[in-house]
Amino acid sequence: MEALMTWLEAQLADNSIFTLQTLGYYGEGLVTTVQLVALSLIIGLVLAVPLAIGRGSRHRWISLPIFLYCYVFRGTPLLVQLYLIYYGVVFVEGIQETWLWVILEKPFVPALIAFTLNTAAYTTEIFRGAIKSTDRGEIEAARAYGMSRGLMLRRIVLPSAFRRALPAYGNEVIFMLHASAIASVVTIMDLTGAARFVYARYYAPFEAFLFVAAIYLCLTFAILYLFRYLERRLLAHLKPVSG
Amino acid sequence: MIDLHGYGPRLAEGALITIELAVLSLVLAIVLGLATASAKMSRNWLAHRIGTLYTTIIRGVPDLVLMMLLFFGGQIGINMVTDQLYERFGWDVFINVNEFVAGVVTIGLIFGAYMGETFRGAFLAVDSGQIEAGRAYGMNHWLVFRRIRFPQMMRHAIPGLSNNWMVLLKTTALVSVIGLTDMVRVAAEASKATREPFTFMIIVAAVYLLIATASEWGFARLQKRYDVGYREAD
Amino acid sequence: MADTPIPLEVRDITKRFGDTEVLKGLSLKAHKGDVITLIGASGSGKSTFLRCMNLLEQPDEGDLIVHGEEIRFKKTRHGREPADWKQVVRMRAKLSMVFQNFNLWAHMTLLENIIEAPVHVLGKPKKEAVEHARALLERVGLTERADAYPAQMSGGQQQRGAIARALAMDPEVMLFDEPTSALDPELVGDVLKVMRDLAEEGRTMILVTHEMAFARDVSSQVIYLHQGVIEEYGPPEAVFGSPRSERLKQFLAPKH
Repeated sequence: MEALMTWLEAQLADNSIFTLQTLGYYGEGLVTTVQLVALSLIIGLVLAVPLAIGRGSRHRWISLPIFLYCYVFRGTPLLVQLYLIYYGVVFVEGIQETWLWVILEKPFVPALIAFTLNTAAYTTEIFRGAIKSTDRGEIEAARAYGMSRGLMLRRIVLPSAFRRALPAYGNEVIFMLHASAIASVVTIMDLTGAARFVYARYYAPFEAFLFVAAIYLCLTFAILYLFRYLERRLLAHLKPVSG
Repeated sequence: MIDLHGYGPRLAEGALITIELAVLSLVLAIVLGLATASAKMSRNWLAHRIGTLYTTIIRGVPDLVLMMLLFFGGQIGINMVTDQLYERFGWDVFINVNEFVAGVVTIGLIFGAYMGETFRGAFLAVDSGQIEAGRAYGMNHWLVFRRIRFPQMMRHAIPGLSNNWMVLLKTTALVSVIGLTDMVRVAAEASKATREPFTFMIIVAAVYLLIATASEWGFARLQKRYDVGYREAD
Repeated sequence: MADTPIPLEVRDITKRFGDTEVLKGLSLKAHKGDVITLIGASGSGKSTFLRCMNLLEQPDEGDLIVHGEEIRFKKTRHGREPADWKQVVRMRAKLSMVFQNFNLWAHMTLLENIIEAPVHVLGKPKKEAVEHARALLERVGLTERADAYPAQMSGGQQQRGAIARALAMDPEVMLFDEPTSALDPELVGDVLKVMRDLAEEGRTMILVTHEMAFARDVSSQVIYLHQGVIEEYGPPEAVFGSPRSERLKQFLAPKH
């Protein structure tokens, strides 16, 4: 470890921007970005499953509110949603005095709420599309073999819909990674926040932003390969075998 | 009536900037997209490579990072060029990167990459027999493009085009971060000053929804026009 | 013999789609070991009739008695519906259906397809279900394909697999809805062979088919439907050998 550090220091000796300290900022930024994106994606996914089922409900008082929620959150910029929740929380009368302030004081939580609500809306639509495109014959077979609605949903409709939703969901994950850059606008020190800090300190836009762009590019490729791998494994059943 | 604390006119101006920005970026994105699609389908090795590199990088990096790189870096880059011009040739030029132009260029550049993919897919979807038929009747390359390939391609491109436009529209909100006073920035300032974030943000959200809904309707009509002769196919 | 209930009886089934009445009071009784074939031109209502038997279509009128148990219905705003869906689930488990387009579940292997309903609907232990499934796969000649996904199999293999899935339910009656219509001609033979074996071992079967030679060979009863009405019925020798109605004669006449 010691040897590695001295080696790193030697490598960095010639430039004035990428010191161990600034690399540390980028490192912390990376951790924050990954936390923020992963948490909002996981919570959003959990919310999206029941919402997607409810979206297809025959009862209008279930499906209509979900439709409106998706319409509004997919039709407006994430930045507006973030501002709404961030400022909305800050300016609530007397919130500073309550225990809630301890968690809400940091911009991380409002950002997490905004991102989660946003990705849940997109994911709901992705799942709904996948559920709707379930083969009618397969549903009919499930009914003919005596499955109840719940069992059919659990064993037939959802497992096949999740698999079909995989490519679109992969895009959503990449979209969220990129969208998370706006967290820096509400003073979160994510990857982009770190880059803005380095830019402001050294007035070196190329170094600051190209470096962070390269990190995002690597993350994007990692996600892309992960989903390709998952698709190969989970969508094997849809490809006919030749020969 | 909602009390806008005198921010009404500025919000309206901001909305106008949002629309101008979105439309101009769209035009640039379509031009870049057509060029990229041609480059990626071309047999020229270099053109193909450049097209692929462009779309890969743009689609792998967040919009906001690209925007900051171009906006903050752009000024320094241009200054470097003008400094060189002054040193070598004694030409004294000064170009100031204006936020609006930077916004249009960045958003156009970003969505040019997405449009490129849309157009490429759409061109490939046109039946090659249609083009052969055009050639067989003595049409030249340009005429085939204008009269057959382009109109047929548009039918396949409209869903992607409409989708890209919706995303582009929402992306314009990011220019508020680099200092352009679009409606999101006005609303953010007003929220802080009046401590009434809900009033202003909800108005802005409603304007976005309005534009999105109106353009959805517009694209549906456009699709109908280009779908002539295909309606039975579904 | 008289003490065991009749596997399936339907009485006076009518079915309307909007204003058109597609089934006009059809009845049928399937005793144990019967092989009943429904024939008729397309649009005669034969598939709809079959689908009414396990309530994939809701008949507007008429009774359904499965293994001595009568299905209860109730009137709702949308028409008639089963009063007790649990009863329907129980009844469907006794009648297993083989579809024209196989309808195997695409995200499961063939073996998983076969054990799915026995394990999750009938509540059989998984180990037992797998053993049974393997024996059935051997019967239909698909031992090797147990771990293949439906998309990786030919149509004929899929349909034989679907028959194994139906058999895994130990059904009282098997319903076949044009099981060979979606197959390439060279694949039809294998499927018919499996069905012939089932008929010979005394399975109760009701089938809709266009394979007239097959119907003649294996059926105990043949029903000819025309526009939602039973035009003629009887043993195959009578229906095919000496048809009485003009329409049936025309229907059976060799096509050019």
